[in-house]
Amino acid sequence: MKRHLISAGDLTKDDALLILDTAEELARVSERSIKKLPTLRGRTVVNLFFEDSTRTRISFEAAAKRLSADVINFSAKGSSVSKGESLKDTALTLEAMGADAVVIRHGSSGAPHRLANWVHGSVVNAGDGTHEHPTQALLDAFSMRRRLGGLEGRRITVVGDILHSRVARSNVLLLHTLGAEVTLVAPPTLLPVSVGDWPCEVSYDLDAVLPKSDVVMMLRVQKERMNAAYFPSEREYSRRYGLDRDRFAKMPDDAIVMHPGPMNRGMEIAAEVADSARSTIVEQVANGVTIRMAVLYLLLGGETA
Amino acid sequence: MSDPRPEPRADARAVLEAPDVHRALTRIAHEILERTKGGDGVVLLGIPTRGATLARRLGDRIEQFEGVKIPVGSVDVTMYRDDLRLRPARPLGRTELPPDGVDGKIVVLVDDVLYSGRTVRAALDALNDLGRPTAVQLATLVDRGHRELPIRADYVGKNLPTAKSEKVRVYLQETDGRDAVLLMKGLPAKEESR
Repeated sequence: MKRHLISAGDLTKDDALLILDTAEELARVSERSIKKLPTLRGRTVVNLFFEDSTRTRISFEAAAKRLSADVINFSAKGSSVSKGESLKDTALTLEAMGADAVVIRHGSSGAPHRLANWVHGSVVNAGDGTHEHPTQALLDAFSMRRRLGGLEGRRITVVGDILHSRVARSNVLLLHTLGAEVTLVAPPTLLPVSVGDWPCEVSYDLDAVLPKSDVVMMLRVQKERMNAAYFPSEREYSRRYGLDRDRFAKMPDDAIVMHPGPMNRGMEIAAEVADSARSTIVEQVANGVTIRMAVLYLLLGGETA
Repeated sequence: MSDPRPEPRADARAVLEAPDVHRALTRIAHEILERTKGGDGVVLLGIPTRGATLARRLGDRIEQFEGVKIPVGSVDVTMYRDDLRLRPARPLGRTELPPDGVDGKIVVLVDDVLYSGRTVRAALDALNDLGRPTAVQLATLVDRGHRELPIRADYVGKNLPTAKSEKVRVYLQETDGRDAVLLMKGLPAKEESR
């Protein structure tokens, strides 16, 4: 495995399976009364968050603490960054504090990649702009594998705001590596121009795709990133691309519904669908801690160069 | 489950063949029954991969001899090892406790080869996070000496005097297609007991 986790595309099939298998064993730790392992004692993990994200930061923090690493949380608000410090200077400061790993969330695509050239420790991408979010893809794959048994040949449909979604890109790359067939469904305005080069199918018709899906992953419409009118109205979007009760009924009986959260109930997903037994939305959060433990262990648990 | 061991090198010498392995396990099973007065409250915990296999075999034998079903599980020690930083991160084995856990039980740890004792130390640490047994005992198929910690086995299949430079490899039917213990002249001086 590489020293950093920047893109889901960097993972070979063996790497990805190693992470999933490691997570499978670590999931048992979460079930016992002492949920802690001594493995990363004396290592320091810095959570460097330039964008707000409660769930991802808490998830990484819980994962690092369960492995006994020391955790330093750094959020850009109220920090030296608001005084004008550059990413590089921030990175060098953290380096001087002895960070063995930096978990970075940044609004600009490519920031983790730049950071990886400046620090000696491992860099874990926790979401950069509209680019990638590899640990989310890993936890999604882990959740699917636990529910479906395996991913080879499974048909996975990702619906919604693909254009602004880092989750979608990471998922397409990882699921393709793992042998699944991905179909993206979105209004043409919410698909990136480069989508033709991605290893997946594209459709504009959700109703046609649903009956042949093993997994339906709904994405949030990221209004905060939308600087133009991408669709006429929320109501129209919801009618055409929202997963409501009628659409839910068209899915195969054993198909599952996923959402990376936070979700807009009533917009892309109906409340009764989100709360159904075939929805993995709460599981995904628990699996997030487990998969991040696996990633931190595999990056930091062994010898470091 | 780990990969099967590769074909042994030409200079490998079998110190125990399949019947010897079987006899050693049969004797250990009897000794466990004797020492624990019929196996009451005993839990067998194997250290993956081959220790876990041996624990299952001991459990089967005890059931054959006395008709008592002893809970069998496994405890992976990877996350507790003291040499993690010397090598790249390794894949984890399975930790699987019997439904009743280990609290108040007599835990018999089972491993294939006892060498430096560091694996057993890691297992004791792991056990500490899993519960509080009344007592912990140790069973090993081969004790090859060269302890680096104050640890000894309660049940030993075969005491095998070795040089530190030699390698001891246990082959088991379930993982490697045959039962045997092989001794090889070692190449690297630093070799660990797994």
